[in-house]
Amino acid sequence: MDYFLELFLGGLTRGSIYALIALGYTMVYGIIQLINFAHGEIYMIGAFVALIVAGICTIYGFAGISVLVLAAIAAIIYASAYGYTLEKIAYRPLRGAPRLSQLISAIGMSIFLQNYVLLAQTPDFLPFPSLIPEFAFMEPVAHIVGSSELVILMTTVITMILLTLLIKKTKIGKAMRATQQDMSMARLVGINVDRIISLTFVIGSALAAIGGVLVASYIGQVNFYIGFLAGVKAFTAAVLGGIGSVPGAVLGGLVLGWTESFAAGYVSSDYEDVFAFGLLVLILILRPAGLLGKARKQKV
Amino acid sequence: MLKINNIQTYYGNIQALKDVSLEVKEGEIVTLIGANGAGKTTTLMSICGITPPRTGDITLDGDSITGLSAEKIVQQGIVQVPEGRRIFPDMTVFENLEMGAFLRTNKQLVQQDLNYVMTLFPILEKRKNQLGGTLSGGEQQMLAISRALMARPRVLLLDEPSLGLAPLIIKQIFDIIKQINKESNTTIFLVEQNANQALKLADRGYVMENGAITLVDDADRLLENDDVRKAYLGL
Repeated sequence: MDYFLELFLGGLTRGSIYALIALGYTMVYGIIQLINFAHGEIYMIGAFVALIVAGICTIYGFAGISVLVLAAIAAIIYASAYGYTLEKIAYRPLRGAPRLSQLISAIGMSIFLQNYVLLAQTPDFLPFPSLIPEFAFMEPVAHIVGSSELVILMTTVITMILLTLLIKKTKIGKAMRATQQDMSMARLVGINVDRIISLTFVIGSALAAIGGVLVASYIGQVNFYIGFLAGVKAFTAAVLGGIGSVPGAVLGGLVLGWTESFAAGYVSSDYEDVFAFGLLVLILILRPAGLLGKARKQKV
Repeated sequence: MLKINNIQTYYGNIQALKDVSLEVKEGEIVTLIGANGAGKTTTLMSICGITPPRTGDITLDGDSITGLSAEKIVQQGIVQVPEGRRIFPDMTVFENLEMGAFLRTNKQLVQQDLNYVMTLFPILEKRKNQLGGTLSGGEQQMLAISRALMARPRVLLLDEPSLGLAPLIIKQIFDIIKQINKESNTTIFLVEQNANQALKLADRGYVMENGAITLVDDADRLLENDDVRKAYLGL
C-alpha cells in the first residue's frame, strides 16, 4: 500500500508539473488556435534564469527557500518577457496567415531558442542546486513523499487556484474568455484583442517558468534541451485533456503523470513513455476531442 | 452624425463595397436593405473597424474615425449588434452584459444601464446566471441588443436582428428598437433583409445592390417604390 501511495503521489507531483506547462499550450491554443512549439523552450529558459539567479543569490549569502523564491521570481519575469516578445515577433506578423506558416514559425522559434541557449551557455548539463530543504515535519512520511514533492504540489495547487480566480472572476479574465469564444465579437465590445493575446502568452510563460524552476531543483540539473521532452509531454497532456480547455490541461497532466508513475513502478521505467503515448493514442481514438474537450460544432 | 463618404472595402482582391456613401442623422432610424451578399454586413464591419475601407472616409460628428481600431470606435459611441447575435456561448447572461460595458469605468452608470436593459427585456433578469449558448434565438437577440446598450451607444448598428426569429418575436424586437430610439435618443442604423418591417420602422432607407447604393429615400416613399416592391417586398 505504501508503494502504491508513493507511486500515486509521485505521479501527482509529476502530473502537476505537466499540467502547469500544459496550461500554456492550451490557453494559447484556445485563443489563436496555434500550437506554440516554443513553449517548452520558455520553460527551459525559466530554469536557466533560475539557475543563474540562484548562483548569484548564493554568492550574496542567501540560502534555502529564500533563494528558491528569488530565483522563481526572476525566472517568471524573464520567461514572461520572452513569451511576450516571442508572440510579438514570431506570431503577430503572421496573424491571418495560413496556419501552417504560424506552425513553421513556432517550430523555428523553438529551434532558435534552443540553439541560442546552447551557444550562450553550454551544451553540458549544469548542476542545479537543491533549493528545497528537507522539512522536519515531513520526516515520518519521508519514505512515501519528500519535501520537494510537497513544495511542488503546494506551489502548483496555489498557482492553479490563482489562475482560476483570474479567469473566472476578474475583468481581464472575462475578456480572455470572451476573446477565446469569439474574437471578432470581443473586438466589437471594445476589447483590445492583441493585448489579450499578449497577456495569454505572458501568463502561459510565467506558468512554464514556475514549472521549470520546480523541476530543475527537483531533478538537479538543466541543459538547453530539457524543454523539448517537457514540451512534448505537456503538449501530450494538453491534447489528452482536450486542447483549449483549462481544466482539461490540468486533468490531462495528472492522468499522464499517474500513467507514467504507475507504469514505471509496476512494469518498468523503460516503458513509461510507451504507456504515456499509448494512452494518448487510445484516448484520441475513443474521444478525439480529448477528455474534457468540446467537439467544435460547425454550423453550415 | 455618422457619415460615410465614398468608401471602398476589399476582401483580398475582391471588392465588396464600391464607392458607398451614406448618412445617418442624430436621432434617426435609418435602414439599409438589400439581398444576400449585397455588402450590407461589410458596410457595418467597415464602420466598426473590423474590415477597414481601403479608400474613403467615415466621420462621426465631423471627426474622421477611418482607420481607428475597433475598440476606439466603440469608445466613440458606435456599437454594433452583429448578424447571428454572436453571444459569448460559455459565459452567463450577466457576464455577456458585463462584456458589453467593457470599456466603461463608472460603475454606477453601468448598474443603471443594467437595470434599464432588464426592464426592456425582463426575461434576461430570469436568465441572468444561465449560459448564453443555452438561450433561445429570440432571447439571444434580446441579450445581443442589451449587451450593445451596455456600452451606452450614441449610434446603434443592428445587423439583421430579425434573422431566424418567429414573427411575434420580430415584432417585439422592432418595437423595442423604436423604444430605444425614442427613450434614450439613440441613433439607429438598421441593416435588414426583412425590407417590409425595416422600412415601416425607419425614417429613411438605403437600397444596396452588389456593393453599391442604388436608391435613397424616405422609408415610406421606398415602401411605395415599384422597383423596391418588386425586388424586396415580393409584391
